[in-house]
Amino acid sequence: MANVISDETIEYVGILAKLELSEEEKERAKKDMEEMLDYIDKLNELDTSSVEPMSHVFPVKNVFREDVVTNGDDRENILANAPSEQDGAFTVPRTFD
Amino acid sequence: MSKQYETVIGLEVHVELATKTKIFCGCSTEFGGEPNTHTCPVCTGMPGSLPVLNKKVLEYAVAVGLATNCQINQYSKFDRKNYFYPDNPQNYQISQLYLPICHDGGVEIETEAGKKIVGIHEIHMEEDAGKLIHDEWSDCTLVDFNRSGVPLIEIVSEPDMRSADEVIAYLEKLKMIIQYLGASDCKLQEGSMRADVNLSVREVGAEQFGTRTEMKNLNSFKAIARAIEGERERQIDLLEAGKQVVQETRRWDDTKESSYAMRSKEDAQDYRYFPDPDLVPIVVSDEWLEEIRSAQPEFRTEKLARYKEQYEIPDYDAEIITASKKMADIFEATVALCNKPKKVSNWLMVETMRLLKEREMEPEQIRFSPEHFAELIDLADSGAINSTVAKEVFEKMFDEDIDPDAYVEEHGLKSVNDEGALRTEIEKIVADNPKSVEDYKAGKKKAMGFLVGQTMKAMKGKANPQMVNQILTEILNQM
Amino acid sequence: MSLMKLTAVELGKKIQSGEVSAVEAVQESLARTKALEESIHAFVNLDEENALRKAAEVQKRIEAGELTGPLAGVPVAIKDNMCTKGVLTTCSSRILGNFVPTYTSEAVINLEKAGAIMTGKANMDEFAMGSTTETSAFGETKNPWNLNHVPGGSSGGSCAAVAAEEVSFALGSDTGGSIRQPSSFCGVTGIKPTYGTISRYGLIAYGSSLDQIGPIAKDVTDCAAVLETIASYDSKDSTSVKREKYDFTSALVDDVKGMKIGIPADFFGAGLNEDVKKAVLHVAEVLKSKGAEVEEFDFKLVTDYAIPAYYVIACAEASSNLSRFDGIKYGYRTEDYTDLHNMYKKTRSEGFGPEVKRRIMLGSFVLSSGYYDAYYLKALRTKALIKQEYDKAFGKYDVILAPAAPTTAPRLGDSLSDPIQMYLSDIYTISVNLAGLPGVTVPCGMDSSGLPIGAQLIGDCFKENTILRAAYAFEQSRDYVRCDLAKKGVN
Repeated sequence: MANVISDETIEYVGILAKLELSEEEKERAKKDMEEMLDYIDKLNELDTSSVEPMSHVFPVKNVFREDVVTNGDDRENILANAPSEQDGAFTVPRTFD
Repeated sequence: MSKQYETVIGLEVHVELATKTKIFCGCSTEFGGEPNTHTCPVCTGMPGSLPVLNKKVLEYAVAVGLATNCQINQYSKFDRKNYFYPDNPQNYQISQLYLPICHDGGVEIETEAGKKIVGIHEIHMEEDAGKLIHDEWSDCTLVDFNRSGVPLIEIVSEPDMRSADEVIAYLEKLKMIIQYLGASDCKLQEGSMRADVNLSVREVGAEQFGTRTEMKNLNSFKAIARAIEGERERQIDLLEAGKQVVQETRRWDDTKESSYAMRSKEDAQDYRYFPDPDLVPIVVSDEWLEEIRSAQPEFRTEKLARYKEQYEIPDYDAEIITASKKMADIFEATVALCNKPKKVSNWLMVETMRLLKEREMEPEQIRFSPEHFAELIDLADSGAINSTVAKEVFEKMFDEDIDPDAYVEEHGLKSVNDEGALRTEIEKIVADNPKSVEDYKAGKKKAMGFLVGQTMKAMKGKANPQMVNQILTEILNQM
Repeated sequence: MSLMKLTAVELGKKIQSGEVSAVEAVQESLARTKALEESIHAFVNLDEENALRKAAEVQKRIEAGELTGPLAGVPVAIKDNMCTKGVLTTCSSRILGNFVPTYTSEAVINLEKAGAIMTGKANMDEFAMGSTTETSAFGETKNPWNLNHVPGGSSGGSCAAVAAEEVSFALGSDTGGSIRQPSSFCGVTGIKPTYGTISRYGLIAYGSSLDQIGPIAKDVTDCAAVLETIASYDSKDSTSVKREKYDFTSALVDDVKGMKIGIPADFFGAGLNEDVKKAVLHVAEVLKSKGAEVEEFDFKLVTDYAIPAYYVIACAEASSNLSRFDGIKYGYRTEDYTDLHNMYKKTRSEGFGPEVKRRIMLGSFVLSSGYYDAYYLKALRTKALIKQEYDKAFGKYDVILAPAAPTTAPRLGDSLSDPIQMYLSDIYTISVNLAGLPGVTVPCGMDSSGLPIGAQLIGDCFKENTILRAAYAFEQSRDYVRCDLAKKGVN
């Protein structure tokens, strides 16, 4: 079945992904996504009803740190790449919540 | 005749855990500090950095789960909650959705309406966000990641509460359990305990829940009570006007006593949760679970029973003292030093409670040490200082944790127990106040009080009052 | 003679023996790189000053007997998605165009400890998304064998740098074939180890559950030596695996007697270029002649479903991994914006290239409300089935022999127009990442136009030594074919 991606969907995904696409890019994105989803739908041929989803390929478990402070003040390094900085903090356009 | 409505409330309570380090890196969780001085590549979302779970976070979460009668998911995982906001350095929060560490528990609460169980849907572990500070001068927002990655547990209740009273009783109960575990200090004002309120209303007798709203930014019990009342009224007004309640997140403004919707087109509330590929599953073995279970401290119910039996203090006193872990700890430690449970209990019940109230403090903020407290009790009990002085010294100790022995010595507050000196002084006062002596003889007992007062005044308050009474009575009766 | 013609291990020996110095080796590497870069463009950024300074330091330590390993003083290129302290690290993206990390990735630290000298950061597909190195924001890398062709990708810069003998070896990363496919296109040897063998700390993530760093070099011996150096258990990476042994060079034995080699029949059907097919099957013949047993087997499920499952998983993870690039903490920030969300959107739209945006959009979509089960969980279930198929195959075989790519290197510009076609070119490599397995590409022939062909040997998890042995045994039958740039009018 051919997937149809609407303008609203592209708009919505753009909000989720924080990407702003031009009209031309949107058309392209719709087409790309439709094609990819049509291709991905191939997976529906497989009966996976009795298969558990596998996120980790190896049964590694219980990797922990001890609760011991290992880091000191590293502010200079942390802020070294900041596009904008003030009083030891990163800055962003005014937010309101 | 207007309809009768019932309020249905569920809570999402965030608690900051009392670990030394953050949940996924070795940065300190210490409060305060200059912006971004407790940060590293992991908790600021630098490219290529990776999280590793703090074991203590898991142990605290399991301990809280056990103490709130939850089932423990012995196979648990972390998921990513994806949303963009500047306080969230990776633009995803590591949390648990699909397999939270604890589920299906509950705690008993008691209000005027009686006892009931509030169900706990789940408890999950997650990381806290950074802090945003608005700078008026530059009209921009400053981002400080010192709190980013501080470990939290989120305790999600069932919609089992029906009033602000029940909500507060539930919060008090959680707070007490978690403080007993030492898993957090649970301070609402400072944000180490935060509650979001999910509330809906329905007509009494209705089976379906109404549409609920979620309220955030509630940082005191009073604010919670006001917000619940305000939101209940708002929803009823909507329904009465034939309108619908919209499912949304609202922010409570306690100064205006009203809430407003936190809505924006850019805020899709579609978090695209998926298992975090950077973290591996957590498997809590039966043995480990047992280890955590056996390390649980003595909780309030057990303490109550023990206090009554071991210390023979009144039920009411035991209830008050065990209501706070801090209070109970001070009680036990002080009794261990001076072995006078009833005296210790009295000082806690009367003077301590009075000062807490006057100073608007929580028991957790008590600063004095059991050593000093025991010293004070011994001083008062032996008659070395009289009760007025004892109260004065106690207050000083309560405020500044002074050493009572040294303080009494330094300020010359010891009771004068020298009978000869007292007798000389009293004889002088009796001679100086013939009118009072006359009154006393005429049966005016008040005159006795005046003479005692004069004596205490002359002795600068340090006289042993029993002794003054005894000598004075003796002299007057001989006249 | 040119030191860059030597393998890394050969050069290391000469440095140890005092025949040449680390400084001479690095100087020659840098000189050759500078001469060739205009034609090849394998690097995003050269780090000449530090390289020479470090070479002098390393030389002193070699002379003091402190550095005795095979890679001390040997020049290396590092793919630009591995963080290097004080050295620009861009992921070939505009969004990280000015990012200078304050920490170094664990794999690179391990190389530094061994005395290898990084000369610069190798070009790549932006955020490792691509199969040609054409999605780099800083211009494509060209295939040294034919400058009109792509080097493959995403580790195209690393592979081209090794093929053009600009460096002795390189590090790449492999999420869906990004080491093995360009190694094939460039005629070099590259290995993707078992997931968890090399720390991912400091590797800028694309698909975290699939990404793995690996060596790219002239031959199997070099790859084994580099692997031995960079593999380690790292407590900073929760997915790092504590292996029993980190000894890979002992596998370099010319003996495949009794080794069972499986050939997935479905990998050799329609879509596979005839020259490639012939060259890869020739590997089977050689190994058979050395005593291995070769058998075909059915691998339809893996062939048909690995690519769609991969793109769902990789794009989903990428959409989340790349959300941290928002113009607040590091990297590019748009110049004009009206408010916070406008800043996010403009920064990211201007900072990311089309392929990265395509994958972020797809990844965000498949995770969004209502689609998670149908796409993401379905893909994770398919992944489980693919792993089962591999487990079955490794119940019967020690090694699976496959092509690394359906064709030799395509011409520049031919691939990007049709994304699906580009994704299909990863058909033989992608399932290996889904199953977390090790795979090595060894050069095994040339096509009719003189472009190299690589064969891929896939092993069961933690069986690097088995595939290294098979690759080494095959390699003994064939001399390394040098890419003679002089003949092509370059240098």
